[in-house]
Amino acid sequence: MASYIIRRILIGIPTILALVVFSYLLIVVAPGSPFAGERPLPPDVLANIEARYGLDRPLAEQIASYVWRIVMDFDFGPSFAYQDRTVTDIVLQGFPVTLTYGFLAFLVSVLVGVTLGIVAAIRKNTWLDYLAVGISIGAQALPNFVMAPILVLVFTLWLGVLPGGGWQGGQLPYLVMPVIALSTSFMASIARITRSSMLEVLNADFILTARAMGLGFGRIIFSHALKPAMLPVVSYLGPTFVGMITGSVVIDMYFSTGGIGQFFVNAAINRDYPLIMGITILTGCLTVTFNLVVDVLYAWIDPRIRY
Amino acid sequence: MYCLPPHIVLSFLAVCMVVGIPAETLQAGSFHPETGEELSDNRTFSYRMLDEFPTLDPQLNQDSEGFDVIRDLFEGLYNQGETGNLVPGVAERHVISNANRTYTFHLREMAKWSNGDPLTAFDFVYAWRRAVDPATASPYAWYVGLSMISNASKIIAGEKPPTELGVTAVDDYTLEVHLKQPLPYFPEMTTYATFFPTHRATIEKYGIAWTRPENIVSNGAYILTEHVPKEYHTRERNPYYWNNNATFMEKVTGKVVNDENLALTRYLAGELDMTGVPSGQYPNLVADYPDEAKSVPILCSYYFAINHTDSAHPALGDQRVRKALSYAIDRDVIVQSVLKGGQYPAYSFTHWATAGFRMPEIDYMKLSQADRDSIAKSLMHEAGYGKENDLKFTFIYNTSEAHKLIATVVAQMWKQKLGIEIELVNYEWKTYLDIRSTQQFDLARAGWCGDYNEASTFLDIMTTGNTINSGRFSNAEVDLLMQEAKKQADPQSHYSEVETILADEMAIIPVYHYASAFMLKPDVKGWPYDNVQKQWYSKDLYRVKEM
Repeated sequence: MASYIIRRILIGIPTILALVVFSYLLIVVAPGSPFAGERPLPPDVLANIEARYGLDRPLAEQIASYVWRIVMDFDFGPSFAYQDRTVTDIVLQGFPVTLTYGFLAFLVSVLVGVTLGIVAAIRKNTWLDYLAVGISIGAQALPNFVMAPILVLVFTLWLGVLPGGGWQGGQLPYLVMPVIALSTSFMASIARITRSSMLEVLNADFILTARAMGLGFGRIIFSHALKPAMLPVVSYLGPTFVGMITGSVVIDMYFSTGGIGQFFVNAAINRDYPLIMGITILTGCLTVTFNLVVDVLYAWIDPRIRY
Repeated sequence: MYCLPPHIVLSFLAVCMVVGIPAETLQAGSFHPETGEELSDNRTFSYRMLDEFPTLDPQLNQDSEGFDVIRDLFEGLYNQGETGNLVPGVAERHVISNANRTYTFHLREMAKWSNGDPLTAFDFVYAWRRAVDPATASPYAWYVGLSMISNASKIIAGEKPPTELGVTAVDDYTLEVHLKQPLPYFPEMTTYATFFPTHRATIEKYGIAWTRPENIVSNGAYILTEHVPKEYHTRERNPYYWNNNATFMEKVTGKVVNDENLALTRYLAGELDMTGVPSGQYPNLVADYPDEAKSVPILCSYYFAINHTDSAHPALGDQRVRKALSYAIDRDVIVQSVLKGGQYPAYSFTHWATAGFRMPEIDYMKLSQADRDSIAKSLMHEAGYGKENDLKFTFIYNTSEAHKLIATVVAQMWKQKLGIEIELVNYEWKTYLDIRSTQQFDLARAGWCGDYNEASTFLDIMTTGNTINSGRFSNAEVDLLMQEAKKQADPQSHYSEVETILADEMAIIPVYHYASAFMLKPDVKGWPYDNVQKQWYSKDLYRVKEM
């Protein structure tokens, strides 16, 4: 197992490097200049700006010096669009925010989703099943960009119990709505995957055998059925977790959290090359890491899996 | 004069708050000294910002929301008053000499930085040189060039060192500016951020991090106390500001709320004191909240650029076709049924509310729409295009619901009245700019907001080679008139003539003149409704006791 993990980490390094080169090429190829505006800049002014950010050099040299600065100084460069900040400043400010609400939303969606899924599966075709499925379909039908304004309307304007936006260092009242809005649709997906996978497992031979041997219902579910039923859920959770902690543009936009999701989208719109690259590298590293975590979890859940 | 260091002043204010000394005892009283209105105990103001500002560095700024903040934190030679008029800032007065090419500004000795350092003419010299220095790489360096200060353009091009800029500090409180040619509105231009002073020691010490709340040293009525990008920032009174006694608001908060509808919800929930009106909702809001919904003109024009180069459809080379396109647009429908926010139909480019500008008599402005339509049809007929001619133009716009709606409505008018097919193509912003600036279109949506309150900020765009003139319109007479206008004490006749030529040639298709529709809590007073550049200063705002 240890050698497998080391091998995966070693493969991760060229993966990230390829991601850097490919992303850099893509954004440079995209039409539109980072410094274009309603008023095109006079050539002299533009030349000064491009010289300052090293954009006047050949492309290969730009990429090489970009990677070099990261490796040697861990310097991700200045942001083009937010001139008072470096990419590191922006990530250090925004990532803890999305990590906080993303992680909480992840917990909520896993706990509620898995519970709903199990309940629906073991009480198949009863009112409990219909209720659980109903809730999950309802949640799926309410994407976060619909949820968010509804929540603000109800809890801020009508009831006046929660602030309509902001973060304030992650105080509880500011957390509630972002977490609910982000978790609902993921919760729904997890519930549906859990339900179908649980149903499949409950019909498996080893469960029937366990029943025939007179094992208690709770023991069958929690000791024998739950672990194998979780396999498809876990493979869904790896990339979902990364997606949630790197933020959602909708949550950041509606709740003004200052999170990194919105910076990412704006960076693409603004052609803020260093910021796009910085957040892409962050997301890339997290994806590589959590895919590895999921694979290790697999082996733990199903001892038959060997690497 | 000896002054207390800021931390002692701030501690004193903090002690006052803790022991409960009413804030108004620190000021003139609880009545407004000029209007006599009773002031509210609430001395805070919060407003919605659409997005995070790119920078708080005055010399780098080119963003209007960033400028709203910078205007509070820094102060230039002059400020704008209620109607956009000049109000003394750091300069008390100025003298013009040398055939209108030398401006001597006399600075107030009371002016200080927020750390207690005296503010001198040398700080202005440092800031202005910094604005044009290629090492600063300011995207707004061209603004200094536009102000005609000697050598500005050469310094930007790297042909001369920044020390050659035509600005000198004669002594601590006298600033002399040399222009390469007279510019009657030069003092007005100094109200923009690029010309604000900056604190050299702070910039040299902290580099790009100098604008953080913990580092910044500024000279305006407010200091930056908190800033979380994309969330909020707060600015609080600067005890060192020379006119601090006349400031009412203690604390101003800018909150970033991207979605305009959500911002309105939060305004209605009492979380904001000011926010914009979402498009199309002004009539309803003014009915429900007559004291709060406002619409005032702002200095921006919405128009369609026409491609005058060879890459355009050849029919657009015909002045009659261009005229027909413009005449066939029913601007009242756009303004009253689509936008509904107090905008004005436009038949000429310069915004009607521009200072010192009188709208010229444009021939088709006075006609009824039915007359305009029938003229449009006969112009097309004369030009040899009937319904059977199958004209098809490409119309590009940047992705936005509002632009899409206008484009669709106009395309329908052109199709119904003139039989012209329009292919509507939208691009995201940067791609759109790329395509528009390389003339890969027939017609393009465009908008322009004045940099300063004078008609040339619009009309200069229509001169040959101007980079904003994306349709590449070129007319020797317009070029000459705009050149001559700069030398006139009253250039109105030149401007009228230019507008007439533009309408006759139909260089662009003016659509409407902007209005800004917003919600403002009724107890907030001192808002400069008549300032068409929407330049508000928190130092002028106050809240009255509600009845």
